[in-house]
Amino acid sequence: MTDRSPSPSRRSFLAAAASLGVAVSFVGRQAHAADGAKKLVVVVCRGGMDGLSVAPPIGDAGYAALRGAIAIKPEEALKLDDTFALHPSLTSVHALAKQGQARIAPAIATPDRARSHFEAQDVLETGEAKVYGADSGWLNRTLEVMGPGKTEALSVGTTAPLILRGKVQAASWSPGKGLDEAARLPTLLQDLYKGDPLLGPAFARGLETEAMAQAAMTALAPAPAPAAEGGMMMASTPTMSASRMNQPAMNQPGGRPADNRQGREAARKLGSTMAGFMRQADGPQIAALSLDGFDTHAGQVGQIATRLTYLDAVLDGLHEGLGPEWKNTVVVAVTEFGRTARANGTGGTDHGTGSTALVMGGALKRGGIIGDWPTLSETALFENRDLAPTLDMRGLFKGVLIDHLGVDRAAVEKKVFVDSAGAKAVTGLV
Amino acid sequence: MSLPSKDMMAAIAATRFGLGARPGEIEAARGDPRGFLEDQVRREGADIPKDDGESAPVRYAAFADLRQERRAARQEARMVAGDDMKPIPLVDAPGANAKSEAQRDVQRYIRQKTTGDFLARAQLAADTEAGFRERWALFFANHFTVSQTKQAASIVIGPFEREAIRPHAFGRFEDMLLAASTHAAMLTYLDQAQSVGPGSPAARYQTRKGRRTGLNENLAREILELHTVGVDAGYSQADVTEFARALTGFSIGRAQDPDIGAFVFRANTHEPGARSILGKAYAQGGEDQGLSVLKALAADPRTARHVCGKIAGHFVADDPSPALVKRLETRWIETGGQLGEVAKALIAAPEAWDPTPAKIKTPYEFVISTWRAVGGRPASFERLNPILTSLGQKPFYPPSPKGWPDEAGAWASPDGLVKRMQWTQGFAAAVADTHDPDALARSALGARLSEPTARAVARAETRREAFALLVMSPEFQRR
Repeated sequence: MTDRSPSPSRRSFLAAAASLGVAVSFVGRQAHAADGAKKLVVVVCRGGMDGLSVAPPIGDAGYAALRGAIAIKPEEALKLDDTFALHPSLTSVHALAKQGQARIAPAIATPDRARSHFEAQDVLETGEAKVYGADSGWLNRTLEVMGPGKTEALSVGTTAPLILRGKVQAASWSPGKGLDEAARLPTLLQDLYKGDPLLGPAFARGLETEAMAQAAMTALAPAPAPAAEGGMMMASTPTMSASRMNQPAMNQPGGRPADNRQGREAARKLGSTMAGFMRQADGPQIAALSLDGFDTHAGQVGQIATRLTYLDAVLDGLHEGLGPEWKNTVVVAVTEFGRTARANGTGGTDHGTGSTALVMGGALKRGGIIGDWPTLSETALFENRDLAPTLDMRGLFKGVLIDHLGVDRAAVEKKVFVDSAGAKAVTGLV
Repeated sequence: MSLPSKDMMAAIAATRFGLGARPGEIEAARGDPRGFLEDQVRREGADIPKDDGESAPVRYAAFADLRQERRAARQEARMVAGDDMKPIPLVDAPGANAKSEAQRDVQRYIRQKTTGDFLARAQLAADTEAGFRERWALFFANHFTVSQTKQAASIVIGPFEREAIRPHAFGRFEDMLLAASTHAAMLTYLDQAQSVGPGSPAARYQTRKGRRTGLNENLAREILELHTVGVDAGYSQADVTEFARALTGFSIGRAQDPDIGAFVFRANTHEPGARSILGKAYAQGGEDQGLSVLKALAADPRTARHVCGKIAGHFVADDPSPALVKRLETRWIETGGQLGEVAKALIAAPEAWDPTPAKIKTPYEFVISTWRAVGGRPASFERLNPILTSLGQKPFYPPSPKGWPDEAGAWASPDGLVKRMQWTQGFAAAVADTHDPDALARSALGARLSEPTARAVARAETRREAFALLVMSPEFQRR
């Protein structure tokens, strides 16, 4: 191996971030991605994020009784208005909200009502009205309709999420060893893969991406992570970090964010590195990131505090890293479904329907909640169980694409979100 | 549909149905490729990995002891510090203080058991002469996924596969479903052990004490969606909730119980009353009520279609021909879900022998088949963990109850291919110098070895380069 690869310490923090259940994906257009271009980041919170914990409606008469012991306490919540607050872990989001740069959509859902993770994530990521409607993601189709120009798509992580799969070839990258440019093997293999429609393009893109990532990581090195390891040990770093960080997060009944300092720091660096990629001259204009671990059937209080701490840290890192570009950016954090309005018997909640989306960015206009609040009164609950959704998630996405990224409205309706006439684009966000 | 030549069928038997050819394996299959596979189907089930053989109850008992020691150690530390009035947390706060010796013992125990189990399973896969039998077992282990993402389940994933999956691999699906749904690992992983019927005596008692308890519908939902009838079967939320009520009482012996870690039915947490699930009525009952629902689900034709579609999708093509799925489904229905008969129907199906390899190997299949190609086996967990983790298939850590993905799109990622190549180069440096690359190419791929790959291997500058070209060739990456 030649010694062109970035130092292990730079890579190890991304490896640590990967162990938090964070995966990053970039989709950008080389022609547009310089400073000054409008930017979009979509954060997919997987597992069914509990909106009633993200933005607890502490002013709603039904909230405390429905949630009992797992309700967010009014004195701990970060107040937004007379009805809503934010979870105590979302301190950075709250600071943005005070400046009018973060808003909530408190009763949002995809069109799917099956309460299945896998169906609902599929619908969220394809942007279709129902499951198996398409096998491409709506971010990928957005790039398609944004017209000609060299497109660039990169997913950091070993598997590409559906939201960016599609015709625009997506590359992927995760911390590894670096390429040995002197070896003949890549060239010989490209020759063998010529006739293979899957392996050929994927391998070629993999080689390109590795080279680009090495350059990007060298240019945008964050402060070295403390536990740098080299050689073969590198690849095992995620395992060890995962056992340190993930497991308590899954099990600990009363998780204290302060104990997750290491995880928080890794997540924040991930956000700022993503921002660094996006600020590169030929970096991505659109990025997607996913965060796992929101399926809080039991021991919800500690588990969601940990996950929201990481989410807040990633967003904080993004905000900081984008610097002057923050004013051109919109960030949307969504989940496949919300959770039951009532606590279940095991200190958690089961699969539900409506949840909260966070919408942030310097490009955002100041305003109140996005969509209507259906309240938590018994009669308002969906199927007497879940928060009733009042806003179709596709309407939010469409509004962002049209008003913020300037994507042609007709193309959004016809090609990106087909069958979405019922989901009117949310206007006035930017 | 006509069948390919015997030579081609022998190569397909070892690589598509099996875990990749060991030296001599394709030769052994050549006389009767289908018979070679049928002989691997056996009543007593799949092979048992040579791990420590401890049962789930043994593991949970030892684990409880270690945690008890840890609690005692912490209590002592608090007494010394003078703050013994604080409640003891159930689980450690992450990164809280320096780890005590007792705490390290707990972590060490988890690591030792999970790595031992995984290594034994990988060595079995590398060594076995019955590659198809092992693949079949791995398919069902993934179908009934249990993952280390839930820490409390991690030490019993190995026992789960040994006790609930492997014995029933060629038996009745119903037996496997019952074994999986009543195993400590599954009851822990999908939160069933704590679920309490809201109208049960236990709930009434807890309510008087001012504590909230109730249903947890996680296991009920995933059994319907993933293990049996499938997400498109047309069940409703009411079916899920009713099923969750029927399953209340399905639990595990706790630390203070004599049957720690074993399945127990807790009558006092069972929701009283009759249930209606997928249009079927179930009379009020105890343990038998939940078991009756499971049996009805196992016999449901939608389960046959769902699982047979997955089998065809796993062994043959991401998008298998409906004719193939129909064959498997028909045999399933005819035999009441005899998995051995379904396996034989797969072997008999002409669609399964299409010479074009439609599937990409998963990271585990890729790594194991590379060892098999040289007749070797991984000597330690550390030989497996880094590569599997970096390729996105971290040992015993499937990301969700759905298990590992099974489609090419998930595994043939640009990053994944580059990492496979880098790992292959390292592997080649360790093994290639003692092998004749041309002979290795023939024994690993048989008639599936393509002209371009054979030529590239023959023309390579070094044995290492030749080996890497073979392992990274399209026909070795596919099956």
